[in-house]
Amino acid sequence: MRDPKFMIRNLSKSYGEYPVLERINLDIEAGAFCTLVGASGCGKSTFLRMLLSQELPSGGNILMDGVPLPQQPTPDRGIVFQRYSVFPHLTVAENLTIGAEFAARKLTGRLFGRARKKARDDIAELLETIGLSPAANKYPSQLSGGMQQRLAIAQALTMKPGVLLLDEPFGALDPGIRNDMHELLLGLWKAHDMTIFMVTHDIHEAFKLGTRMLVFDKLRDDPVTPEAYGATITYDLPIDLSTAPLPGANGETDETDGINFSAALMATMPVP
Amino acid sequence: MRIINRTLSRRAAILLGSIPFALLIGAYAIASHLRRIDNPADKLLPSLGSMGDAIWRMGFEADKRSGDYLLWLDTVDSLSRLAVGIFISTLLAIGLGISIGFIPHIRRGLAPFVATLSLIPPITILPILFIIFGLGETSKVMLITIGTAPVMIRCVSQAVMEIPRELIIKAETLGASTWQMITRVVLPQVMPKLITAIRLGLVPAWIFLISAEAIASTSGLGYRIFLVRRYLAMDVILPYVAWITLLAFILDRLLLMASRRAFPWNHLSGDSL
Repeated sequence: MRDPKFMIRNLSKSYGEYPVLERINLDIEAGAFCTLVGASGCGKSTFLRMLLSQELPSGGNILMDGVPLPQQPTPDRGIVFQRYSVFPHLTVAENLTIGAEFAARKLTGRLFGRARKKARDDIAELLETIGLSPAANKYPSQLSGGMQQRLAIAQALTMKPGVLLLDEPFGALDPGIRNDMHELLLGLWKAHDMTIFMVTHDIHEAFKLGTRMLVFDKLRDDPVTPEAYGATITYDLPIDLSTAPLPGANGETDETDGINFSAALMATMPVP
Repeated sequence: MRIINRTLSRRAAILLGSIPFALLIGAYAIASHLRRIDNPADKLLPSLGSMGDAIWRMGFEADKRSGDYLLWLDTVDSLSRLAVGIFISTLLAIGLGISIGFIPHIRRGLAPFVATLSLIPPITILPILFIIFGLGETSKVMLITIGTAPVMIRCVSQAVMEIPRELIIKAETLGASTWQMITRVVLPQVMPKLITAIRLGLVPAWIFLISAEAIASTSGLGYRIFLVRRYLAMDVILPYVAWITLLAFILDRLLLMASRRAFPWNHLSGDSL
C-alpha cells in the first residue's frame, strides 16, 4: 500500500491566544476528494490555507508525499478562491498562459511571437473543456460569475498540480450553474488524477462531490469563554457515492446551515 | 419620475455643462462694461476685446525686444519644466511605491520616512533649492518633484496593498517569483492608479511651477504673470490664467483618455470623473 498523500499530525492553529484549530490528525490518500464542512468560523478555511501554506501551523505538522510542506505557496498545489481568483487585467487566454510564461521566462515572465502562439495553442483544449473558447479574448469582468470560476479552475490546472484546493468556489453561483460546475469539476478530477480539498457550505455539494467528508466542529466548549477552545475534525466520513444517504435529498432544503448541520449528521450517522 | 433616474442626451449634457461658463463670462462682460462707463481707462476689468488684443500681441506678434513669440515661449518652457518634474516623480512613484507596497522589509524601512517627507511644505524647501542648485532649471524641476513625489509614492504603495491578497497567492501557485509578480501582476494592476496619481499630482505641480517661476525665472507662464503684474496688465494676466487652466484641463483629459485606452479592463464598469 502506498503512503498517504498527506499526513497531518497534531496540527493546531491559533491567532494570538485564541485557538482556532487543535489536535487534528489525518491521513489523506492520493486521489481523494475531501469536502470540508462545518459552521462558519470553525476553521475549515484556515485548514485549507494551511494546506496551501498561505498560513503556517502554530503547532504540529503537515507532510505531503512524506516531506514537510514548503513555507509558502508553490505550483504543486493549485487554488481557487470564491472571488478574486483570476487576474482582471489579463484576458481569458492570457490568464491561462501566464503560468507557462512564468516558467519559460525568468526575467520578463512574458512570451512573444512563436513561443507565445505555441502557449496559446497549448491551452486551446483546456479552453474548449471549460467552454470559454469563444471568450478567449475577453476580460474576466466581461464574463458571468460561473464563467469566471470555470476560468479560475482551469487556471489552477495549468500548472498540473497534484493537489487542488477550493475555498467555497461555487458559493456565489446560482444553483443551476452550480450543477454544471459540479460536472465540470468531477470530470477534471478524474482526468487529472488530483487530490482535491473543497470547503463548502452546501451539504449536498459535499456529499455529491466528495469521496470523504471532513466535518469541523468544537468538541470542547466552555460556555463562559466560548473562544477558549479551537475546533477540530469531529467526523471523518468516507462517502460511498452509490449508497450514501443524503439528508434532505428530496430538495426541501437547498443549503443547510453549518450549525444545524452537525446535529443533522448526528441524527443520521453512527458515531465512528 | 424621480430626478435621480432621469438621464439626458449628449447635447443636453453639453448645453447644461456650458451654462456656468457662459454665466461667468456674461457676468464679467457686464461688470467690465459698467466699470468702463465710469472710467474708460479702467485697468482692473479690461474688456473682452482688449484681452483679445493682448492675446494677439503675446501669441502672434514677435516681441520687440527679444523677437520671441512670448505666449508660446512661456508655454513651452513651463510645460517642459512640468513634464520633467512629473516624469521624475512618476519614476519614483513606480519604483518606490511598488517596493514599499509589495515588499515588507522596504515598507518597514521607508514608509515612515516617505510619510514624513510628504508633510514638509514643499515651498519651504524652495529657498534651500535655490541656494543649492542656483536659480536655473534644476531647482524648479526639483521643487515640482519634491512637491509631488511623496504623495504619488504613497498613492501607488496604497494601491499595491489594496490588490486582493488572493491574486498574489494565485500568482505564487502559478510559480511566479517576486520579480515576475511585480512585472506581470502588480505593475499592470497599479498602472491605472498611477495615472490617477499623476492626475492628482499635476494639481500641486502647477502651483509649485508657477511659484518657482514667479520667484526666479526669465521665462514661463508664471514668470510672465508676475512680470506684467507690475503694470496692472490684467488684459494679459486673465488670458494667461485661462490659458494655464485650459492646459491643465487638457493634460488631465489626455491622461484619462490614455488610461481608458491602455487599460480597458479597468474601465469596464462604473463611471469616473
